[in-house]
Amino acid sequence: MWRDDLRGIFYIALKDLRAYYLKPPNISWGMLFPFALILAFALRQPGEMRDLVPGLLGMTVLFGTTSMEAIVITFERRIGALERLMLAPVSLPALLLGKVVGGMAFGLVTTVAVLAVAVAVLGLWGINWPLLALALVLSAAAFSALGAFVSVAVREVFEAQTLANFFRFPMVFLCGVFVPLASMPPALRLLARFLPLTYTVEALRGALSGATFWIAGADLLALGGFAVILFALAARILTTRLD
Amino acid sequence: MCACGAIRGQPRETVGSTSPQDAEAIQVLDLTKYYDDPSAGSGQALLAVDHISFTVPQGQVFGFLGPNGAGKTTTIRMLTGLTRPTEGSACILGYDLATEITRIKKAIGVVPETSNLYDELSARDNLVFMGQLYGVPRQERGERADALLQRFRLWEKRNTPFAKLSKGMKRALTVAAALVHQPQLVFLDEPTTGLDILSARSLRALIRQLREEGVTVFLTTHYLEEAERLCDQVALIVKGRLVALDTVEGLKARVRGRAAVEVTVGPRAGERLSFTAEDVATALRLALAEAKQQGRPVLSVRTVGPTLEDAFIELTGLSAEVMLVEKGGR
Repeated sequence: MWRDDLRGIFYIALKDLRAYYLKPPNISWGMLFPFALILAFALRQPGEMRDLVPGLLGMTVLFGTTSMEAIVITFERRIGALERLMLAPVSLPALLLGKVVGGMAFGLVTTVAVLAVAVAVLGLWGINWPLLALALVLSAAAFSALGAFVSVAVREVFEAQTLANFFRFPMVFLCGVFVPLASMPPALRLLARFLPLTYTVEALRGALSGATFWIAGADLLALGGFAVILFALAARILTTRLD
Repeated sequence: MCACGAIRGQPRETVGSTSPQDAEAIQVLDLTKYYDDPSAGSGQALLAVDHISFTVPQGQVFGFLGPNGAGKTTTIRMLTGLTRPTEGSACILGYDLATEITRIKKAIGVVPETSNLYDELSARDNLVFMGQLYGVPRQERGERADALLQRFRLWEKRNTPFAKLSKGMKRALTVAAALVHQPQLVFLDEPTTGLDILSARSLRALIRQLREEGVTVFLTTHYLEEAERLCDQVALIVKGRLVALDTVEGLKARVRGRAAVEVTVGPRAGERLSFTAEDVATALRLALAEAKQQGRPVLSVRTVGPTLEDAFIELTGLSAEVMLVEKGGR
């Protein structure tokens, strides 16, 4: 049975990448959005770009994973194609995991492109690469699970985008992307602790400054926790739809 | 509980050697489904399928007939694991629906009412993807996909995205996708709805061919004539309840003793008036009187035996038009 599930996860993710994510318009849009952000900040505050890199990378992985995934799952549900997957000998959690892995892969591809440009242009040194990789993978998992949760909780594609934005935009302002957490009021600092992007930005900031795994350990654990909880919620909602 | 027997899912080639022809592919006992009914207020439930029980012998074409909303699709959705029964049990190919759904899914093929493959993938890639999901060995996926594309006359369109195929081709490819893993049992939900005459005929030929190959076919259709031509057994479901279950001949025999006359009237050839009565003479008198009243010449007269449509009307109390009008007819 686990072999059926593993096979299902792999081929569902591969199919989503081929059918949706890796289409030229999606790749170009996935790249365009973060580069437009970088350009805007580079023009506005050229001296502070290094400080902004963790936040921009965090936003790239957040939008890269959730934007398309929420649409893909809702769209497939609407046209009945998701039901086609549910007829296959793959458990529902494995089916959903395949979708999540597809979204993760796309988010990571766009983030790595932004990272490459940041490293080349800003000449970042002393990066803890294994920590950076782990932080990006766990962040992609948490945000992709958020995309899955949003898409199974609604019925229409526009509802998925609205609900995704309900989570995404507060995170952009509350999680230390533009404004350091330390300079925010205590209530907002507390609220930020319930949002996964906070831990992404902290972990990436640590990795980019060469911090050890131990320093970023709590952030990595928190990201892993968000990924598991959001995925479990999404799987639960999808399962209850069978009743 | 169903006593799930030992018909366990075997590759199609070995079905004949391990399972007797009269073994049961599907056993259903008291299957029931309630849905929440938002329009009826909180706590209210809509009874979609009401304690139905039936068996489908292996290798047969089993027709599941009823008007729209009768519970046909809900029954298929329960038997294929898309929705959970509220009550009752079922065994599919010897596997318990409640506990062995993955095994069941491996051994069955499903053609849903809507053609729901992937718009962005080509015809061939859709079939290969299905082979991947069902664990068809890598070296066989391409071969099976190509064979199905040729069998369904889609070879020329193998590289065309699903979205750009005609409605008939989409339907044919959806059927092909359900056969990639060579299932022992195929569920076909309204397979010919919306198809042109040639495509529908081709699909009916395929169903006969599947039957010859030993595959069990569970067919829902609202075309009574289609069911009459294809099915070994027919179940009639109305408002979630089974009202009859028999062979086509058995159902017809229930309305025998009534005679029907069909009169073709002019002035344009082809329009027919049908009358049913206790005897041929009465039916003929009624038909001729109607033609005379309409002032139309009688071009030909023939007596016809009871059809499945007659049996349907007699056993369900519904008119046969209910089936066609609700689905748009053809």
